[in-house]
Amino acid sequence: MEHFFLAISLFMGLLILLSLYRGIFGPTVFDRIIGMGFVGSKALSMLLLIGVLYHRIDMFVDIALAYSLLVFISTLVFSKHFQKRGAI
Amino acid sequence: MKIVASFCIIAGIFFFFTGVIGILRFPDFFSRMHATGKGDTLGTVLVLTGVALYNLDGGCTVANVLVSIKLMLIGVFWVIANPTATHALLRAAFDSGLMPWIKHGEPVIDWPPRPGEEE
Repeated sequence: MEHFFLAISLFMGLLILLSLYRGIFGPTVFDRIIGMGFVGSKALSMLLLIGVLYHRIDMFVDIALAYSLLVFISTLVFSKHFQKRGAI
Repeated sequence: MKIVASFCIIAGIFFFFTGVIGILRFPDFFSRMHATGKGDTLGTVLVLTGVALYNLDGGCTVANVLVSIKLMLIGVFWVIANPTATHALLRAAFDSGLMPWIKHGEPVIDWPPRPGEEE
């Protein structure tokens, strides 16, 4: 079962690298924001899988809670900042 | 229990994978948002459910049940928060005048929207 979680974590790292393309080379600033939000949500899932691998899920679940709040608030703040017309 | 947890995690990985294909291949910002806003939410919730079920497999003690309840509360928060962030970002892109997909020199939908349809 440990090998299963390790393989899933490695595959999720590959997906993070693929979606980082949109975060770096996105044509507009909103593409960069959704790219980084996507990376954040996959990092949230990967954090829990790493917690299962380390047998310390009770500690990693608190870190995942703080991380999900961070991703949500950062996306909201960026979208509010770029909302006025002609910002891009 | 382990088989159900593995199935949930593999289904979540599948939704993440389709979201990544969508974010890489779709032509403009609004359709990319369509791919990420749904696949991302469902994939995260499925992975959280799978980890919570796998955690319950080690015995239904009080600590394990509390950790699983906390995992499911993160899932509930994520179901509420991620569509909210998606909606705020789409509204910001719409208000800042981002053009939709342009094909053969003209937009594929009526653009700008007629007054009254906005909001």
